[in-house]
Amino acid sequence: MALQSLDIKARSATTTPSPNVRIEGAIPVAKLIDISKCIGCKACQVACMEWNDLRDEVGTNVGVYDNPRDLTDQSWTVMRFSEVEVEQGRLEWLIRKDGCMHCADPGCLKACPSPGAIVQYSNGIVDFHEENCIGCGYCITGCPFNIPRISKKDNKAYKCTLCSDRVGVGLEPACVKTCPTGAIVFGSKVDMIHHAEGRITDLKERGYSNAALYDPKGVGGTHVMYVLQHGDKPELYANLPKDPNISPLVSLWKGVTKPLMNLGLGLAVFAGFFHYVTAGPKEVEEEEKTD
Amino acid sequence: MSKPIQRYTARERSNHWIVAIAFVLAGLSGLALFHPAFFFLTNLFGGGPWTRILHPFIGVVMFLFFMAMAARFWRLNHFTAADRQWMARIGDVIRNRDQGLPEIGKYNAGQKYLFWTMVVSIPLLLLSGIVVWQPWFAPYFPIWLLRIAVVVHALAAWIMILGIIVHVYAAIWVKGSVRAMTRGTVSEAWAKHHHRAWYREMTGK
Repeated sequence: MALQSLDIKARSATTTPSPNVRIEGAIPVAKLIDISKCIGCKACQVACMEWNDLRDEVGTNVGVYDNPRDLTDQSWTVMRFSEVEVEQGRLEWLIRKDGCMHCADPGCLKACPSPGAIVQYSNGIVDFHEENCIGCGYCITGCPFNIPRISKKDNKAYKCTLCSDRVGVGLEPACVKTCPTGAIVFGSKVDMIHHAEGRITDLKERGYSNAALYDPKGVGGTHVMYVLQHGDKPELYANLPKDPNISPLVSLWKGVTKPLMNLGLGLAVFAGFFHYVTAGPKEVEEEEKTD
Repeated sequence: MSKPIQRYTARERSNHWIVAIAFVLAGLSGLALFHPAFFFLTNLFGGGPWTRILHPFIGVVMFLFFMAMAARFWRLNHFTAADRQWMARIGDVIRNRDQGLPEIGKYNAGQKYLFWTMVVSIPLLLLSGIVVWQPWFAPYFPIWLLRIAVVVHALAAWIMILGIIVHVYAAIWVKGSVRAMTRGTVSEAWAKHHHRAWYREMTGK
């Protein structure tokens, strides 16, 4: 479902410009998740299910709070609970709302072979258009955060849309709307960075000297950002990557090599053709036929 | 006219053409997912999802029949001293200056290089293809391995397609070759000119 009121910045498997006529484009948006304010109530998970009409299978308790245990085609956001002894005798419960980070340089979009199955709006939201998805799983290969999930029901890839359908009409994402502690806020990316700075100053005053904003540059920044109490150790938060980037293998696979390989194949065919019209075919001489 | 010489049996020909047809189908469906310029090829297979579904099965057919063919021709593709001499004069071969080339057996060095290129690239395609095969196998492999597999798959496919372009052109270029694989025979003159050692073996001359 394309949102015709939004410009498209990038489109998967497309080598010509995407619809982009509006002069200003949209203001880049961001969702800011302040982990220091999260109480792990999972209301955001419920709101996500409700707004997007998703119902995951009821699982079994395996002794941890994570429920469901992982992202699925039906669970686009999951709270990940980490019990961490940040220093001797000081246990902290770090709860990270996991889901698509909406990278400015999206690895999924780069890897996708199907035109228009993944689009990036000018407001920064990276959206999967499942009707164009062919189910190849290349987005999984491209994603530095292990987010996309292929449905067993229809073999299409699903993930958080940042409620593009709500944002497109001026509403905040469902998870933001529902968060009871204000741990999730939404607005322009500039405003969210500003808001985060205030939170970080506050956290530093309260003794979290390494509090920082998580907006990783390796993927060009993200449109979902975290305020981390321990900004120097993002891996404490259920292995949030410290310096995520699109794998060099994916860049090699999807970068300059492909046009070069195409060129190589084309040149091979041309070389054959021109060899034929210059050197000519190899024919057995007439006299050899008779002896 | 002298009697034609049998080069390939009906079984060998069928085997070759099953591999060839599977290659064309796997190649076209693979190129469709390789670069946006070729995505239109998915239309030949009933759209994007069907291309994704069919491609790996076609690939498995190609692999199985190729391995059967490789087993048939394995021993004929060992390199010999004559092959090295022939290879040293590859420039003359390309310029159609065939006088005084060493006598070679059923396959020349170029054909042998193609054979070994396929022996390496096709199993690589199968192994890397299984790793990224959705939805059956890919979910069981770690993402770092998927990333290696997609690169290996693209590279092996590229080398294979290049090899087949050379193979097809050689068949067009060297007149009298195509009938070896369509009707099974070549003329005596063809055998004598291009594969004299094999010709002697076949005719006792």
